[in-house]
Amino acid sequence: MSTYKIIDHEYDVVVLGAGGSGLRAAVGLSESGLKTACISKVFPTRSHTSAAQGGISAALGNMGEDDWRWHMYDTVKGADWLGDQDSIEYLCKEAPAAVIELEKYGVPFSRTDEGKIYQRPFGGMTKNYGNGVVQRTCAAADRTGHAILHTLYGQALKHNTEFFIEYFALDLLMKDGECKGLIAWNLNDGTIHRFRAHTVIIATGGYGKVYYSATSAHTCTGDGNAMVLRAGLPLQDMEFVQFHPTGIYGHGTLISEGVRGEGGYLINSKGERFMERYAPNAKDLASRDVVSRSMSIEINEGRGVGKDQDHVLLNLSHLDKDVIAERLPGISDAARLFADVDVTKDPIPVVPTVHYNMGGIPTNYKAEVLTVNGSEKTVPGLMAIGEAACVSVHGANRLGSNSLIDLVVFGRAAAKRAAELIKPGTPHEDLGESETQKCLDRFDKLRNAKGETGTAELRLAMQKTMQSKCAVFRTEKNLKEGVDEIRKTYEGMESISVKDKSLVFNTDLVETLEFDNLIRQAVTTVESAYHRKESRGAHAREDYPKRDDEKFMQHTLAWCDGKNTKISYREVHKSTLTNEVQYFPPQERVY
Amino acid sequence: MVQINLPKNSVVEKGKYYKDKTGSKNLRKVNVYRWDPSTEENPRIDTYEVDMDNCPSKVLDILNKIKNEIDPSLAYRRSCAHGVCGSCAMNMGGKNGLACTTSHSEIDGDLNIYPLPHLNVKRDLIGDLDGLYKQYQSIEPWLKTNPKINSTEIFQSKKDREKLDGAYECIMCACCSTSCPSYWWNGDKYLGPAVLLQAYRWIVDSRDDERKARLKKVADELKLYRCHTILNCTSACPKGLNPAKAIAEIKKMLATSNI
Repeated sequence: MSTYKIIDHEYDVVVLGAGGSGLRAAVGLSESGLKTACISKVFPTRSHTSAAQGGISAALGNMGEDDWRWHMYDTVKGADWLGDQDSIEYLCKEAPAAVIELEKYGVPFSRTDEGKIYQRPFGGMTKNYGNGVVQRTCAAADRTGHAILHTLYGQALKHNTEFFIEYFALDLLMKDGECKGLIAWNLNDGTIHRFRAHTVIIATGGYGKVYYSATSAHTCTGDGNAMVLRAGLPLQDMEFVQFHPTGIYGHGTLISEGVRGEGGYLINSKGERFMERYAPNAKDLASRDVVSRSMSIEINEGRGVGKDQDHVLLNLSHLDKDVIAERLPGISDAARLFADVDVTKDPIPVVPTVHYNMGGIPTNYKAEVLTVNGSEKTVPGLMAIGEAACVSVHGANRLGSNSLIDLVVFGRAAAKRAAELIKPGTPHEDLGESETQKCLDRFDKLRNAKGETGTAELRLAMQKTMQSKCAVFRTEKNLKEGVDEIRKTYEGMESISVKDKSLVFNTDLVETLEFDNLIRQAVTTVESAYHRKESRGAHAREDYPKRDDEKFMQHTLAWCDGKNTKISYREVHKSTLTNEVQYFPPQERVY
Repeated sequence: MVQINLPKNSVVEKGKYYKDKTGSKNLRKVNVYRWDPSTEENPRIDTYEVDMDNCPSKVLDILNKIKNEIDPSLAYRRSCAHGVCGSCAMNMGGKNGLACTTSHSEIDGDLNIYPLPHLNVKRDLIGDLDGLYKQYQSIEPWLKTNPKINSTEIFQSKKDREKLDGAYECIMCACCSTSCPSYWWNGDKYLGPAVLLQAYRWIVDSRDDERKARLKKVADELKLYRCHTILNCTSACPKGLNPAKAIAEIKKMLATSNI
């Protein structure tokens, strides 16, 4: 049995993660008088929200008529009818107020001539239920995520939020199906901390690093998702992984959809604007899954560019230099640094690159975590928000600029719900030591792992498998191989080695714990993909090219205790929240 | 030359030498500062022979290669890998920068990698930025305004919004402040270029009602006027920003207004 000295803390609420959603929740919780701790493995402004570029969607109507119902329709269609329409209604209706609130917090949005927030066109965003392009995506140049994240951190400071920075969370403390807190390791001095809380809000982001080539940061390891799996709860819709059409070839750096929003377009080796063939109306501004598939087809059919003909080009050199300088300065820098391209003269080499996880911890629109036990049930004491959560507003495919709005709308919703449920200062009941011990035993086992395989080697094997077996196009054979290979990599954990024995900033151990988190999500992703025998949104099966609403208009739920995986399904919510809008029944999805 | 706050009675020693095992003909020697406070040992410089034939272009790629293939115990911060999160700020070849945007080909000879200068070190390349973060909080980085209408945004002209360009982009990596001799010597009292740039960002925001109070707050012999326009900050900024100019603007505003 492992023995570590434990430092105890008591809070009303613990927020795990300090990106956009975690910070927005923390601000709301502090405002409502709940004693709140915000725990993060990185300093808040290092969170990956900072990498969001193009903007945040909201039907403000600053650049022409708009309606939140149109936004809702676009989101439902973008999601390929896998989204829960009650949650989508909530998102789109709350969006304008959430953006106005951000502006009042101080976000330096770009401006229109009248001094209003500037909005740009984005993929899949239309007016009047699919009839023409709308400008709905609010932007701070092409650094919108950075601007929002820094502003929210400022608000958290204003509200004296208590931060625990560079603390790595290990596991949730569960008792009788309820969450009672969590255990974290302080990297700064090596101490172990136990946080008691009436509610834990998981805001740990996505898990893009299960793939080899991703726009995701090194730290995007979905730690909260894995903690939920270890707590015996399911993850939802994990097969839906978004490939962003324009990651820089060879490096993976994101090039915003805003480039195409401002008039940029994709070309193949023949110089054709090939999107005209795949999406005659929306063209380069079709939704991301559609554009990524079209690019992959162009490449597979031999019309890719470069020595290996394995990527295409994004051209924006025809745009006014002043427009580029004012609205796309960040991507100009990125293209210069990582592709050696001057965007005013030459196109950027791009390739579909893993970008976002639609799947995650199932929740309702109040951010309460759901599980299924006979019927849909909430898990007391546990909430999830942001990319970690699957509300589900993005369904099978997220529209660009719908993630930043998701962060703030549901960050705020979680804080509101927690304030309804918790009376500040309510005492904590006794918990016992068994959960703590279980968590520390896992920690101790990995810390002292003396096998022969380095973490980096196993991680690479996992990433390569996911990249080749669970990519833009999938088949039964590929996925079966993926399931087997990932299983083998998981078993490799038995012979993993951790060389660093220190407890202070032991990044060898951090990465091993992160790998333990990643591999569980890789297992659920590839298993969920294997079992979904249809094509929907980002999940494109060559052997089942059609959407099958009869069998699969359902959310996948995946449980995984490491050794065993269980797949089940949950009904998509087929009603709206209020009478202000009608349910959008499934249609064929054409752009 | 880089100076580092060392634990008492310690000197930086020659560390381990990791000889190449790949058989590559294209090797580069990389010297890295190492220190773990939980050991009783002195800091040391470890040397790694790195195969450059199979290494992408940035310094971070070299560090990742060392960590993944040679020595997993090397500790450094990193996250986004494209210059927006500010995690991997360090001193490379004697100059501060982000490891993820600095090309190793820009640095001649053996590659020397140290933590950001004049910070307490937490471990290896990880510097202690807690002091800088507290200073950041002290300038109250949030909008102070009492808008009468709540349902719409506060209007801001394009021209007023333009004033924030060059200031709001700061990623708080601390490359500038830790390259500033004034900050090295008076870092406990002088706010330093990173934080003053942020102070400036809120002072010039047309939506903010507390411009005068903000100016008054920084108008201090130590907080502001320890800037002696050395301009290391501007040359160090990996985002191409100009903190020295922002500081000069603050001084100018104070000299020309009645506060």
